[in-house]
Amino acid sequence: MAVFLNRETRVLCQGMTGWAGTYHVARMMEYGTQVVGGVTPGKGGRSHLNLPVYERVAEARRETGANASIVFVPPANAAAAMIEAIEAEMPLVVTVTERVPTLDMVRVRAALKGGRTTLVGANSQGILVPGIGKLGVMATGSERPGGVGIISRSASLTSEVVAQVTAAGLGQSATIGVGGDPIHGIGMRECLELLLDDADTEGVVLIGEIGGTEEEEVAAYLAGTPASKPVVALIVGREAPLERRMGHAGALTLRGKGDAAGKIRALEAAGVRIAPSAHLVGETIRQALAERG
Amino acid sequence: MRIHEFQAKHLLARYGLIVPEGGVAITAREAGEIAHRLGGPVVVKAQIHAGGRARAGGIQRVESPAAAEAAGAELLGKALVTAQTGPAGQIARRVLVERALPARRELHLALLVDSTSGEVMLIGSERGGADIEEQAARGELQIRELRLGTGGEARAQEVAAFVATLGLEGALHEQGCALVDGLRRAFVELDASLIELNPLGITEDGRLAALDAKMTLDDNALFRHPELAALRDEDDTSAAELQAQRHQLNYVQLDGDIGMVANGAGLGLATLDMVVAAKGRPANFMDIRTTAKSLDIAHGFGLLLDNPATLAILINVHGGGMQACDTIAEGLGIALRRTGRSLPLVVRLAGNNADFGRSRLQNFGCAVIDCPDMWTAATKAVALAQKGA
Repeated sequence: MAVFLNRETRVLCQGMTGWAGTYHVARMMEYGTQVVGGVTPGKGGRSHLNLPVYERVAEARRETGANASIVFVPPANAAAAMIEAIEAEMPLVVTVTERVPTLDMVRVRAALKGGRTTLVGANSQGILVPGIGKLGVMATGSERPGGVGIISRSASLTSEVVAQVTAAGLGQSATIGVGGDPIHGIGMRECLELLLDDADTEGVVLIGEIGGTEEEEVAAYLAGTPASKPVVALIVGREAPLERRMGHAGALTLRGKGDAAGKIRALEAAGVRIAPSAHLVGETIRQALAERG
Repeated sequence: MRIHEFQAKHLLARYGLIVPEGGVAITAREAGEIAHRLGGPVVVKAQIHAGGRARAGGIQRVESPAAAEAAGAELLGKALVTAQTGPAGQIARRVLVERALPARRELHLALLVDSTSGEVMLIGSERGGADIEEQAARGELQIRELRLGTGGEARAQEVAAFVATLGLEGALHEQGCALVDGLRRAFVELDASLIELNPLGITEDGRLAALDAKMTLDDNALFRHPELAALRDEDDTSAAELQAQRHQLNYVQLDGDIGMVANGAGLGLATLDMVVAAKGRPANFMDIRTTAKSLDIAHGFGLLLDNPATLAILINVHGGGMQACDTIAEGLGIALRRTGRSLPLVVRLAGNNADFGRSRLQNFGCAVIDCPDMWTAATKAVALAQKGA
């Protein structure tokens, strides 16, 4: 049973008639993902990519039996699109859109509370389950079905790690991009729990970076509940000039900086193996799995 | 987008906050005139987008209009180097001249978006001032937090209790509650990502006044605030960084000799780490956004080629869904045709259209050192930069 995506996943695309929606839905279908329709207000009743287009998510969900949605709606309307999907009780929503205003995401997070939806993103490359399907915009070709789950905040680095894991003779159970924005849906810790519970996953790679506190949350979780499977982490940005990039005001400093050294210390203390460099992630997880037998 | 102190105070005054009376000067003479109009002691404050001004001499309290003019002459047009500006400093093109408001006590108050809870968060401390970061690091300062909810709608009694923990009582407590109310409305209505008052002063006549104000607005929300977008001070961004922003690139100038390009911030940071691990010195951080076209990318390479400190260029690309290797190769080809400089170019292309990207580079006549993986590419770039130095 793959995490998030299986052969029964029926996907709706919000914003399918736009450029990005058109391009990527076609790639997703080529990969074998079951896309059943699209939603574009004002274009309901038309057909696009040989699929029906609907006015509203609730209607589309009723007509097509969709149980997942991918959002390609431009930033100004992306939050409204996500909230519409949440209100239509869509079980899974993946948002690719970049540059959604932060306070819009604050409202989306509030809409998620008590609801039935799992949101991935915004600003996520999506979910890839090799051999089953992709709900996202990632490159494909290097992936292989296998036992390594990958959780990441960064799309191109995920592609790199996927290629390394495959080159190390392993494959991937699922790759999940949680999104690079400060406020997003599902976090690294929840993804880790799902992968540790997943029968197809033998080990997990976590790709973290400077800023935010998600890696620290993972560390706190693992400190309380040691992982049942090997977990390897790469933290990038160790050499980034933190004070310049963040231009930090005191208020942010007072709440902790999220620097690479702190994240690495916390993860190591919780039993996570740190990949020494970005080019050694595949080898590190291979070793960790081999030691486990 | 960061805005200047005087702009932040101007905006916050609309939400009922008390700010010291004053004006902005771009010449020393104007600074003197504002001080004359205000009468009495004034504070002359360099307007740059960086903290740590007081310690660097960027904030001066003076007694007379003549002294205000002298302070203006000292600060205007000069690069102020603080702990947050980097070694080159930032040039103060304006000074804020304000009535000096002696404070009985200084507090710290800020609003930000808390990424863990996904809510707007109020933080505060009963002390404030220039050294609170050090005090907090030493554990001497109690930072209090209150989650305000999504639109800042925390209940009035929760806000009242929070304000009381800052040691505000009686009339000051009432003022504190009203101030928090104004701040949260400003935060939500202006799409701020940070508002910070440090210090927030209790004046001798018993008023709460924002003696300093920092404000960051959400760049992604500026499309719904054209009036706020106009507050951007482009003088504070280097010409290279400005050009990069216009061309869908994230760019930070650094002081080394290896020009670096990657697609995506994560891969960019990984490349930076790797160059440093290989004992090299990055000249910049640059990541190509998914929305960049080949001409944008050509402008980005142009920035690296135009930097006389650059001795080698390292290109680390893993083509993904939105950005394929051939687009980046085309951008590089265009940039190389425009420049008279020839530098060692170390290229590592993987992912979408990697082979097509390599053949495009050949067709453009680019002499590149093609590397199979990123560590080989990083070490090669470092060796070539050292040879060229």
